[in-house]
Amino acid sequence: MTTLVFLEHHEGELLKPSLGVLSKAAELGGDVAGVVLGSGVRDLAAKAGAYGAAKVYVADAPELEQPLSQPRVDALAKLVSEQGFDSVLFAASVLAADVASGLSARLGAGLNWDLTDLVQQDGSLIGKRPALGDSVYVDVGWSSEPRLALIRAGTFDPKETGGEAQVEDFDVQFEDFSLAATMLEQAHAESEGPSIEDADVIVAGGRGLGAPENFKLVEELAQALGGAVAATRAVVDSGWYPYATQVGQTGKTVSPKLYIACGISGAIQHKVGMQSSGVIVAINKDPNAPIFEFCDFGVVGDLNDIVPKLTELVRQRKS
Amino acid sequence: MKIAVCVKHVPEGTTHARIDPSTKRLNRSGEGAINAFDTHAVEEALKLKEAEGGEVVVVTMGPQSAQDSVRKALAMGADGAVLITDDAAAGSDLVATTTVLAAALESEGADLILFGQQAGDSDGAVLWAAVADRLRRPVISQVAELTLSGGKVTGKRQTEFGYDTIEAPLPAVVAVSDAINEPRYPSLKGIMGARSKPQRTVTISELGVDGGAVGEAGSKTTVEALNDPPPRGDTVKIEDDGSAAEKIVDYLAEKKVL
Repeated sequence: MTTLVFLEHHEGELLKPSLGVLSKAAELGGDVAGVVLGSGVRDLAAKAGAYGAAKVYVADAPELEQPLSQPRVDALAKLVSEQGFDSVLFAASVLAADVASGLSARLGAGLNWDLTDLVQQDGSLIGKRPALGDSVYVDVGWSSEPRLALIRAGTFDPKETGGEAQVEDFDVQFEDFSLAATMLEQAHAESEGPSIEDADVIVAGGRGLGAPENFKLVEELAQALGGAVAATRAVVDSGWYPYATQVGQTGKTVSPKLYIACGISGAIQHKVGMQSSGVIVAINKDPNAPIFEFCDFGVVGDLNDIVPKLTELVRQRKS
Repeated sequence: MKIAVCVKHVPEGTTHARIDPSTKRLNRSGEGAINAFDTHAVEEALKLKEAEGGEVVVVTMGPQSAQDSVRKALAMGADGAVLITDDAAAGSDLVATTTVLAAALESEGADLILFGQQAGDSDGAVLWAAVADRLRRPVISQVAELTLSGGKVTGKRQTEFGYDTIEAPLPAVVAVSDAINEPRYPSLKGIMGARSKPQRTVTISELGVDGGAVGEAGSKTTVEALNDPPPRGDTVKIEDDGSAAEKIVDYLAEKKVL
């Protein structure tokens, strides 16, 4: 098995989910290489050796400075075709999903996504994919090479095993259409706002709150419990609550002792950011909401009735 | 301005959908509906049309029953539809599906191609980038705010680090987030008018796509086995009868997290 791992980076750091996938690839065995694409990123490449890459390919070009997917498809298509990797692995992210998908079309290569494990079975690579709200686990495979895989964010932890990677540069010819999009503003990690990652108790609100002003129900409960307030992507994108409080695949990953989800359906995007919480309580009026599949205590009901009562009971108990 | 919107017909109530153990494919025999995420793409297309003029064409690939989803989009206000339906296309994966979709979209010649943010049944959130690559067009995904001006489309979108703003010249492919708008409900007039709008049904060969490039033959991924999810701790699920708050407090006390 010859495996290439797409190593995503942001503000001068290789991202943990990518390094986690690299560590997993090293564990599966065979020849494992990483690839770093960007501008002024050569120093980053060497760091991947400590996580299991024997070799790291680098395309360092101004066209790769902005984190846009299409120039990266050009780069990977060339590298994979020339080096003949049989597997290309990505840690899922907004960028990586588009890169993997574009590469799938360019190479006519099969892509399996949302994988939560990769195993060798009778000499074949098999991916494990939870489907239909995680109610069934599907074993997925590939009928040809290269095999492309997107691994659900946070699935594998990086393991620092030491070792040095040989760094090798390669050139890329970019397609015109790949350079057509430009990034006018690029996101930067936000340092403002409350820290929810260290909180023991989190009360989170989703679109089921109905209106931004209803976040006060969540805030009051969080205050009574001495916890922090979190939000879903849907409500953050709608401008109801600040991005710094967002839990999910895009957003923060939290694992408090207690997580109370109010009006949150439990989409995968949110689930991956909070599923390792100790006790998960969900209040939702939709009995079919996926969150009821993975919470510990679920209440089907109107949060406008339940949450204020709960706040009052918690206050009484604490006083 | 011509806008094509790609929609998917998915089984209704995805949490209760089941995979057929014999074919290892999603059982599509029950009631279906337009993928809810795609209604945001339809809505955005209609808003753009209302502001800029032009036409909105819905493109879907699926069984004959996908006609229901097409009709919903037409009732919302789309002007016409193309349904790609062919037994040979059943079981198509990403590679095969995007080969077919790209062929259909190529012949539509739209200035803007819109997608919803994911498929409610497969959780797939990748289709647009593969289609854009096949059509050799720029792509912007996860767009929560979209503007058109001077032959360019600009999208603001959320990533793991905050918000990016990306601009691309038309023709372009854009996938929108479900936060971008609130999809309208079809009006009675819209529902009545949907039937008389132009709807074309095309087969794979009519699109000039080789039969070997679609369905399982054209797919590069396989489904090997279906397994039960790993067991997790007992989940208690109750319906609120007025005492839910007390029950939550009791549970939290029992779990020693209060």
